[in-house]
Amino acid sequence: MTAPLHEPTAEAAPSAAEEAALISADAKAVQGRSLGRIAWERLKRDKLALTGGIVVLLLIAVALLAPVITNLVGQDPDAYHEDLIDPLFGTPTGSLGGISGDHLLGVEPVNGRDIFARILYGARISLLVGFLSAIVAVILGTILGVLAGFFGGWVDSAISRVMDGLLAFPQLLFIIALVSVMPNELLGLTGTGVRVFVMILVIGFFGWPYIGRVVRGQTLSLREREYVEAARSLGAGRLYILFKELLPNLVAPIIVYTTMMIPTNILTEAALSFLGVGVKPPTSSWGQMLSGALDYYDSDPMYMVVPGVAIFITVLAFNLFGDGVRDALDPKGSR
Amino acid sequence: MLAYLIRRLFAAAVMLVVIVMVVFCIFFLVPKWAGVDIATSFVGKQADPAAVEAVRQKLGLGDPIYAQVWEFFKGIFVGRTYSGGGDVTQCSAPCFGYSFRSEQAVWPVLTDRFPVTLGLALGAAVLWLILGVAAGVLSALKRGSFWDRGAMVVALAGVSLPIYFTGMLSLAIFVFGLKLFDGQYVPLEESFTGWFGGMILPWITLAFLYAAMYARITRATMLEILGEDYIRTARAKGLKEQTVIGKHAMRSTMTPILTMLGMDLGALIGGAILTETTFSLPGLGQAVLNGIKTQDLPIILGVTLITSVAVLVANLVVDVLYAVIDPRVRLS
Repeated sequence: MTAPLHEPTAEAAPSAAEEAALISADAKAVQGRSLGRIAWERLKRDKLALTGGIVVLLLIAVALLAPVITNLVGQDPDAYHEDLIDPLFGTPTGSLGGISGDHLLGVEPVNGRDIFARILYGARISLLVGFLSAIVAVILGTILGVLAGFFGGWVDSAISRVMDGLLAFPQLLFIIALVSVMPNELLGLTGTGVRVFVMILVIGFFGWPYIGRVVRGQTLSLREREYVEAARSLGAGRLYILFKELLPNLVAPIIVYTTMMIPTNILTEAALSFLGVGVKPPTSSWGQMLSGALDYYDSDPMYMVVPGVAIFITVLAFNLFGDGVRDALDPKGSR
Repeated sequence: MLAYLIRRLFAAAVMLVVIVMVVFCIFFLVPKWAGVDIATSFVGKQADPAAVEAVRQKLGLGDPIYAQVWEFFKGIFVGRTYSGGGDVTQCSAPCFGYSFRSEQAVWPVLTDRFPVTLGLALGAAVLWLILGVAAGVLSALKRGSFWDRGAMVVALAGVSLPIYFTGMLSLAIFVFGLKLFDGQYVPLEESFTGWFGGMILPWITLAFLYAAMYARITRATMLEILGEDYIRTARAKGLKEQTVIGKHAMRSTMTPILTMLGMDLGALIGGAILTETTFSLPGLGQAVLNGIKTQDLPIILGVTLITSVAVLVANLVVDVLYAVIDPRVRLS
């Protein structure tokens, strides 16, 4: 409807013309566009977020294909190459941490394992823990947040107290403590499996209050909206209102908080492995590589730079994408 | 105001008891499920059963959990007497027990290490508050400018870098490469300049991470507040822009920042585990990490308690400041 009004200005300046075209296009298409579609169109225009998203997809592909890629370059993450190590200092003999055609990112000090292969395998642990712990947090947070917001009363006060308490807890300390007292065999899993499983559960458990708080607040305000009232007056049951009226409107904030939680979880996993309570060797993880690098920061700096940059790129990509998703789903944002 | 304070204090005390109980459960119940006996791990695997039994009796490890928690709390306030098999040890208040590994009393370990962590946390907090809030406010005021974009790119990089990586990089560059500092921790009592020189890299590394977070939050909050009606009203009244920003907008911007500061500072005072590990600072974080690795329960309990007290006190201070800034808080 507003499109004709903008037409005269279309000749004024190229940038203004573009803007007007965008506005008029938007105005025409406004009817019948779903939230997902609007968000996707906004996200498409956000170059940084798209870059982040593409890097995330690439990382996932690399993690899934880690065995294939390492086979392709002919490296094994656990194979020792002691011939490439200076026997006196324990550091790689070649320049820049032993980078060569065979060892694309050099070799580790002392045992000479291929860093490229270990980085690829480390990506699996990082992404696995990052994603699955976020899912644990989302499931717990959504269920408890909706329960608190929807039922109110003592249910709400109980859940809210627990959330406040968990948020005020010294979290890293408790995550370290919990992960470190776990036995080496659990539910049929052994070694690395137990570590990864426990990390996913514990990180997810300490993450749910962040999502729970948001979901509770949203549910509280949605519950009183007219359309919910309308559904209720038409005789809709509690479950119908919950699943058909409330949950679809909670999807946007849940997606935003999930994408923002994944990078934090990846950093937590790396921190745990750095501190020596995460994944145990010989399984490789980025945090563990950095912890090994702490002893060689002066004699073999490449050993520290490679896993550090890997963490940085991964977390940055998730953060860029997460910021983009948040802006795209923000109803207050400009279209 | 007084009622508000009492309510907050009461909640804090309850929280403290809950935390100690949770820690007890983590370290007593989980090993029990896993079939590990704490008394055995204390004495050593090859010890004879009589010695294990003596330790169990002396430390009260056979008692039910609630009795052990009670003894622990009582020890802090009135001291504690360990006796078993004719062997009596008197531990005067505040008694946090003895380390399972070094058999030293825990309290002196805590008091030795506390100043290191406190100095680290406070120094870094001053830096990150100034840098983070200033960068955030400037970015919000000059939204979309070159400065804004630059600052936000740096901030995004800052929150994406693990602190132990930036720490190692700064060690490699400034200590090993440029030889500006010697990277050794020197206690404050020995030499102020030595202490300062050893702390400056940990401060900057820690502050960089937090300044990045604070800049992002400050910018977002400031932008939201600048769109509020009362800011428009203030401008319409003809107030100077300085007053509008400095008095009206800043006041609201500071509330979420203050909440974050309380939580972050509290958590850091209880042990900046990652920073202390990277820079080999002999603080609480390092103590608790060693304790966890060697299953040294008394050390872990002691540090956890200090951490929790620090978090609770910091939150309490924030709550009180909140009530001062925003009178509505007192009523709710």
